[in-house]
Amino acid sequence: MIDTWKLGDRSLTSRIIVGTGKYKSLDETRAALAASGAEIVTVALRRVDLSSKEPTVLDAVDRSKYILLPNTAGCYTADEAIRTLHLARELGMDELVKLEVIGDPKTLFPDNTATVEAARRLVKEGFKVLPYCSDDLITCKRLEEAGCLAVMPLAAPIGSGLGIRNPHNIRLIIENVTIPVIVDAGVGTASDAAIAMELGCAAVLMNTGIAGATHPVLMAESMRLAIDAGRKSFLAGRMPRRDYANASSPTSGLIE
Amino acid sequence: MAGRVNGGRFRAVSTSIDVVVNGKARTVAEGTTVLALLGELGLGDKRVAVERNLEVIPRAEHATTLLTEGDRLEVVTFVGGG
Repeated sequence: MIDTWKLGDRSLTSRIIVGTGKYKSLDETRAALAASGAEIVTVALRRVDLSSKEPTVLDAVDRSKYILLPNTAGCYTADEAIRTLHLARELGMDELVKLEVIGDPKTLFPDNTATVEAARRLVKEGFKVLPYCSDDLITCKRLEEAGCLAVMPLAAPIGSGLGIRNPHNIRLIIENVTIPVIVDAGVGTASDAAIAMELGCAAVLMNTGIAGATHPVLMAESMRLAIDAGRKSFLAGRMPRRDYANASSPTSGLIE
Repeated sequence: MAGRVNGGRFRAVSTSIDVVVNGKARTVAEGTTVLALLGELGLGDKRVAVERNLEVIPRAEHATTLLTEGDRLEVVTFVGGG
């Protein structure tokens, strides 16, 4: 059985979306992306470094293999985020964008109010919006009503590697919105990714969890396997939790 | 005013204008287009997007858009990010 998921009218096989930041080199970026099995990779938009002739991430990412998902990292208002995405569109992206409007530099927690406002405006302009947001059901419902293609609640602060701090909230979101739920930010190791998938997430977006590992390419493979394992576990339906033991071997026919 | 020796006479042939590119002051000749500026910056063959005074200049208009005094330009591209 091929287990695919839908993002708007796009059908995807891979359930891992990876960032392209913080790698030691473009070769490492390339190798990690390949090992992760990602079909979608995120990029940021910044001023061209006029003093450097070094290759850029666009040279590392084969656009025939990957869908580029431009983000609005570093934007603190709806206007800044929209301005950034207008420029991204000019760079030849299709309309799929990762919206993030940050509310605070220390936690990088999202400004959910501004995110919803920006999402409404971007959807009206024809963008296909994937918003990073708090693990808050009501915010996610507002984003769904705004016409977002998916919601991307955080597991923990960006780059923290703290894992899923509130699995209950993530589950409530999954149960109460009809669009895909993608956990974005905070995944630090394979088990975190597996938990997200076991909860029923459609996919997981990560960057530092891979790039910040001692061996990023190996971690990318590990994350791919964890996503696959977690997804299969979700589909298989885990056994109920019990407070006490329940013997696996027959309790009758014991020798006397 | 910029001048150039021409036929032994000093003749003004162009006027320069001051613009700001990615936060840095830059002087360009009057009549410089966005396309010419990108060429001067060594970005002629690069995939970049240009915004002038908060308005995106579509690629198709780079060759016909003239810079004007005081323009604030942002020249951007994609970088690694999450």
